[in-house]
Amino acid sequence: MKFYRSHVLVCVDPECLAKGAHDILDGLQDELVYQGLIDEVQVLETSRIGGCANGPEIVVYPEGVHYVGLSVDQLPFLVEEHFLKGRVVESLLAKEVKRADEELGPPKPKEVRVVLRNCGKIDPENIEDYIAEDGYQALGKVLSEMTPEQVIEEVLASGLRGRGGAGFPTGRKWQFCRSAPGSPKYIICNADEGDPGAFMNRRVLEGDPHSVIEGMIIAAYAIGASRGYIYCRAEYPVAVRTLNIAIKQARNLGLLGDDILGSGFSFDLEVRMGAGAFVCGEETALMASIEGKRGEPRPRPPFPAVKGLWGKPTNINNVETYANVPQIILKGAQWFASMGTEKSKGTKTFAIAGDVNNTGLIEVPLGITLREVIFDIGEGIKGGKKFKAVQTGGPMGGCLPEQYLDMPVDYESLTAAGSIMGSGGMIVMDEDTCMVDIARFFMEFTQDESCGKCTPCRVGTRRILEILERICDGHGKDGDIETLEMLCQQIKATSLCGLGQGAPNPVESTLKHFRHEYEAHIYEKRCPAKVCRGLIHYRISDNVCTGCMVCARNCPVEAISGERRQVHYIDPDICIRCGICQQVCNFNAVEVY
Amino acid sequence: MALKVQSRTDISAAVQAAVERHGTTAEALVPILSDVNRALGFLPQDAMTAISRSLRIPPSQVLSTASFYQMLSTRPRGKHVIKFCESAPCHVMGGRLVWKALQDALGLEPGQTSADGQWTLLTTSCPGVCGVGPVLIIDDEVHGNVTPEKVPEILAQYQEGGTSQ
Repeated sequence: MKFYRSHVLVCVDPECLAKGAHDILDGLQDELVYQGLIDEVQVLETSRIGGCANGPEIVVYPEGVHYVGLSVDQLPFLVEEHFLKGRVVESLLAKEVKRADEELGPPKPKEVRVVLRNCGKIDPENIEDYIAEDGYQALGKVLSEMTPEQVIEEVLASGLRGRGGAGFPTGRKWQFCRSAPGSPKYIICNADEGDPGAFMNRRVLEGDPHSVIEGMIIAAYAIGASRGYIYCRAEYPVAVRTLNIAIKQARNLGLLGDDILGSGFSFDLEVRMGAGAFVCGEETALMASIEGKRGEPRPRPPFPAVKGLWGKPTNINNVETYANVPQIILKGAQWFASMGTEKSKGTKTFAIAGDVNNTGLIEVPLGITLREVIFDIGEGIKGGKKFKAVQTGGPMGGCLPEQYLDMPVDYESLTAAGSIMGSGGMIVMDEDTCMVDIARFFMEFTQDESCGKCTPCRVGTRRILEILERICDGHGKDGDIETLEMLCQQIKATSLCGLGQGAPNPVESTLKHFRHEYEAHIYEKRCPAKVCRGLIHYRISDNVCTGCMVCARNCPVEAISGERRQVHYIDPDICIRCGICQQVCNFNAVEVY
Repeated sequence: MALKVQSRTDISAAVQAAVERHGTTAEALVPILSDVNRALGFLPQDAMTAISRSLRIPPSQVLSTASFYQMLSTRPRGKHVIKFCESAPCHVMGGRLVWKALQDALGLEPGQTSADGQWTLLTTSCPGVCGVGPVLIIDDEVHGNVTPEKVPEILAQYQEGGTSQ
């Protein structure tokens, strides 16, 4: 093996690629060759946690120096200073060197990284990196020391529950599948992470694919499956590529295929790519898609554990669920159960988006409060504004107002509050958000993604959307709220799958916690947050306007009149509420009411 | 330039390559459709018929599957396919204005293909690169932190005969 005195890891996440990480990779190689260092410094590709917002970024080992915001023309200087002269280039350093923190412990005080522990630390395309971090040790332990029943016992004792959102105890699921008659049995990993703004699974697949593969092999051993599929959405091409590389390497080392590690147990795995359908994240729809059919769900029972893929017993878990398994086997159920609450054990990854200062991925022990997540880890609301609501669990989750901030984040509490754990999306909204508009926005999404198989979801979501659109346009009428409530209740009760059953959540929760906003839209014809265009008006403040005529010149519909140096006037009947006048006014004279 | 009409040899070559790669079991249908869609830009009727024969699946089922998924198209698409992310995180980061600028620049509504066969405008579900939103994807290439001002600049990269990476 060749010895290098230094290794440079270049982040090739899609976000960094979009900012030119490829050019940095090529440029670094060229510059190292040019300065005669190519035999001493090795350039590797990696996937990183955090930071990407300041990409392209690299980390240099053994020092662990983290450079961000690189451009190609900085490379000659960087290579000369860092590798030739051994001086750190301060101006390109990341503000906080996360590298050191990650090795010593969690990057943010309240975080605990189990699933994300290797992401950004190892080269995902090199199985040896994973093995060096105790990778595949759990598999060795399982195959040499444990019976399938003992594996299931251990997972049961850990209290691990499905991380795809529903929270079904993983060990129980495995038990059902193991005891179901029929063969062959199948293992599926649900990597169809479709919730907008949620990308926890993508990071794990791109940054630590072997943890998922190892978890799947252990699950396969426990239930007696011989074949597995990872169903990954087509929107994640890098994840698919990384997984295929990882599977190939595992096969080469005899960790997949016939007679794994000489144990007599055989199992193989392949990646299946979706073709763009949100509903395929639902387990029965996902299996239909693997079988080559329209990705439409079917009624349960029979559950997949009894009758799944090709009518055979099938165990289907989420990416994060499988990624937890090797750690549970290696460190023991007690260790895992020591984190979290009584009924929700372990950690959970979340993607925080919206109006918080610190957006991105986190991993926290379950039972942490929403306040800690939003204000301590998320560092509070952007621009010092007031918190209004947080939506958990993706487009089928509910919006929770301020009084829920001190509620623990666990499966039961979230459900009781009218939301869901979901796969881990968290969208934070500040005081400028109109909750009716938000409900409309999410309904637009679910209505569009409804597969159309069952009537309540196909037609019901459309009716809800029509009413919400009417309310936002200023044409809401008495009785709309009651109709919405009835529709929500019926769609929830009668839809075939989780998509339809969850679709009304954003509407129901906003009706419950922000009913006054609906009432203001319908009865007072005003939008309290001043968002809905049909309900807002622009006017020019008499004592601020200087009569400069800029707004009048820019108005696309000539709704503004007034002489030079005279106060201007906006004709509300002509105004289309585009907001351009407000943007161009130099004196902040245009106000919304 | 009119839309390029696929020749029969192109179609059968694409179908044959996909079938060889994925086999003729029923589970190969979605991967084959994806491959052919990628090779030809869309799924012509003749291609679906050929796939149905190879896999011994009724043509109705092939069409039923092909018409279900957003990434498969049974209608011709433009030379460059533009997909815009309409999801909440991009939306709150100014996506709405970018989306409007994009539609104005192209003169297209979502789902339409331009008369010269150059562009098809679509929306995409969240590609999960929310850290650099608003995001648009042209022919698998991701453009992040897009502003309305950058839209013409990005489109120009594809008009000057430059191909995507």
